[in-house]
Amino acid sequence: MQKQLKSFKGGIHPPNFKNTSELKTVVMPLPTKVIIPMLQHIGSACEPIVKKGDYVFVGQKIGETKGFVSSPVHSSVSGTVIDIKPYLGLSGETVLAVEIVPDGLQKLHKSIAPINTKNKADLIEKIKESGIVGLGGAGFPTFIKLSPPPDKKIDTLIINGAECEPFITSDYREMIEKGQSIIDGIKLLMSIIDVKKVFIGIEKNKQKAINYLSKLIEGDNSIEIVALKTRYPQGGEKQLIYAITGLRVPMNGLPLDVGVVVQNVNTVSFLAEYIKTGIPLIKKRVTVEGTCIKNAMNIEVLIGTSLSEVFEFCGGFSEKPKKIIVGGPMMGVAQFSLDSVVLKPTNAIIALCEKDISKTVESVCIRCGKCVFVCPMELLPLSINALSVNGRAKETINYYINDCIECGCCSYICPASRHIVQSIRNAKIELKKSASNI
Amino acid sequence: MELNLLVSSSPHIKSQQTTKKIMRDVLIALIPATIAAAIFFGIKILLVVLVTVLSCIVSEYLWTKIFKKKSTINDLSAIVTGVLLALNLTPTIPLWIAVIGGFFAIFIVKMPFGGLGHNFINPALAARAFLMASWPVQMTLWQNSAFDMVSTATPLTLAKGGTEAVGSLPSIFNLFIGNVGGCIGETSALALLIGAIYLIIKKVITLEIPLTFIGTVALLTWIFGGENLFEGDFLFQILAGGLMLGAFYMATDYTTSPITSKGKVIMGVGCGLITAVIRLYGGYPEGVSYSILLMNLVVPLIDKFIIPKSFGGKKL
Repeated sequence: MQKQLKSFKGGIHPPNFKNTSELKTVVMPLPTKVIIPMLQHIGSACEPIVKKGDYVFVGQKIGETKGFVSSPVHSSVSGTVIDIKPYLGLSGETVLAVEIVPDGLQKLHKSIAPINTKNKADLIEKIKESGIVGLGGAGFPTFIKLSPPPDKKIDTLIINGAECEPFITSDYREMIEKGQSIIDGIKLLMSIIDVKKVFIGIEKNKQKAINYLSKLIEGDNSIEIVALKTRYPQGGEKQLIYAITGLRVPMNGLPLDVGVVVQNVNTVSFLAEYIKTGIPLIKKRVTVEGTCIKNAMNIEVLIGTSLSEVFEFCGGFSEKPKKIIVGGPMMGVAQFSLDSVVLKPTNAIIALCEKDISKTVESVCIRCGKCVFVCPMELLPLSINALSVNGRAKETINYYINDCIECGCCSYICPASRHIVQSIRNAKIELKKSASNI
Repeated sequence: MELNLLVSSSPHIKSQQTTKKIMRDVLIALIPATIAAAIFFGIKILLVVLVTVLSCIVSEYLWTKIFKKKSTINDLSAIVTGVLLALNLTPTIPLWIAVIGGFFAIFIVKMPFGGLGHNFINPALAARAFLMASWPVQMTLWQNSAFDMVSTATPLTLAKGGTEAVGSLPSIFNLFIGNVGGCIGETSALALLIGAIYLIIKKVITLEIPLTFIGTVALLTWIFGGENLFEGDFLFQILAGGLMLGAFYMATDYTTSPITSKGKVIMGVGCGLITAVIRLYGGYPEGVSYSILLMNLVVPLIDKFIIPKSFGGKKL
């Protein structure tokens, strides 16, 4: 069942580049080694529970959680631990990582078995143990979302199939290749969170997925597919919730403040598979794309595989890349080395050549206001930028800086190529510093 | 292969829009008005435009050289100021006055305050006001058409009455196509509207300021401009004088207009109010340039107080 096209205010229309959408996902063979960092999620890093020389199995827990907001880490191969060493993560933090050389046998750990419990608390505990985090890219430990505090009533579950970033098609391929798994996962979530109504938000440019999933849920009135206008950042959860329900998540708040839980299609699909097999999160679909790679494709790759081995498998570069991005071109993180590895929230690896990336030299703000026009959070980016670069970060509070989702629409549209998002990030850091100094 | 990867903040892609392209779009939008001026006032106005533009470019280049800054003339903004200033001068203007005007706009109004993006009032209009105060006679020596060098009065001067006003009021048709006396670029509403439509399609300007500006002038002159209330000839008022040029091309200047939609409406209404008051009750027949300059001064206040609450924010 479809509704007419919903959307949100602001946003931009970058070119789609969805060239891999009709290619079947290719399974990448075993890499020569995997490096599994202890932090692949929002929250606190895990502690390694294996040591150099240990033999580990596929799906064996090798990192135990520390703190509540955390997610355990598992080995994606069977083989020997050859080192435990520091690893520079996506946000610049250094954590430990376990380096394992696979023996090629891929022996499953003996604890792995289908999940049979129906008890809600046990289920949530098992989901925590699976290591699942938000696979849309944020990496928030899923089990926390499934156990909201008792005073927050959840009445809507929204499944995020928007996939608004250019290049990335991994959510789309999940909907086409594992549609039934997604529906099964939704049913599971409905029983855990106890919601009666589910919406699946899918951008209009993925009509095949809309049609296919509509067919799968035919006759089921509890799930509704909402076709959304193709616009970035429709996949941002605040924009998604607003487009589908008209509700606004308050600044510094969470979706559960408006009674909503949002999950990515890959996350719910994994949950369904996990219940059936008991195998924790050890592999991912990643879109390998860009303007300077030989063969763009979606691959199924083991967590911990290095970017260099991924690119090698895909045929290498057609010309020298200037930027390697993990994530999408709007919000992804630029990499300094191909030795970085595929992590749990990695959904795309994009190689861009020099002529396709944004200019590094800013020019003066002419106050054209285009950034104001495109900001999906209804902010005044140019004002926050001006305050930030002039050392007045404290005043950005008056401009609702905490509502900035760092989507990049402002920097994208700015005719002066100003580094607005960067300055907003700097201002946020300044604010945090001065808050912790009080 | 040996990689030399760039690591910088997201986003990593950009739209093709640049400051230079925006300036170029404004220049393109001003072509119809310039052509109309050449048709009605003669080819000589092209010389006025050229001289003014050159004066602006040279002034800006001079400033950057004297103060050892990187030359900024490549962003085309000096050219835009030059063209807009020229369009605000009478077709009979002595070229040396145009040169001084260009110098004033750039060297006095724009560059000392920080150059592009930092001017506190519209440089072209500020220069026009300066020239008007310094050489009032030469600045108000009008001409009817290319073939008629007899000094005449602009439609607004005629409408205001007064002992020196000769001739009857021009028709609405002539006002619309530009076959009337006035500044080089202000007379042809048709040509200006064509350019304005181009700017709107290219998303260079938005409609809040022009519509509220023109609408407020129309409303107030309709109510108060006639013998009795609600008898004003508002169509005449919006087509005459520099309202079309001012509302679409000058009040919408990015640096000197508010950044929020609400702020833009306030500016448009303010400009319209001041224009109507000056036209109906003030000493000058035309009030557009002064209304814009006065509202320019208020813009920082408007932007300071109009901070819309964010998507999820509560009003602070």
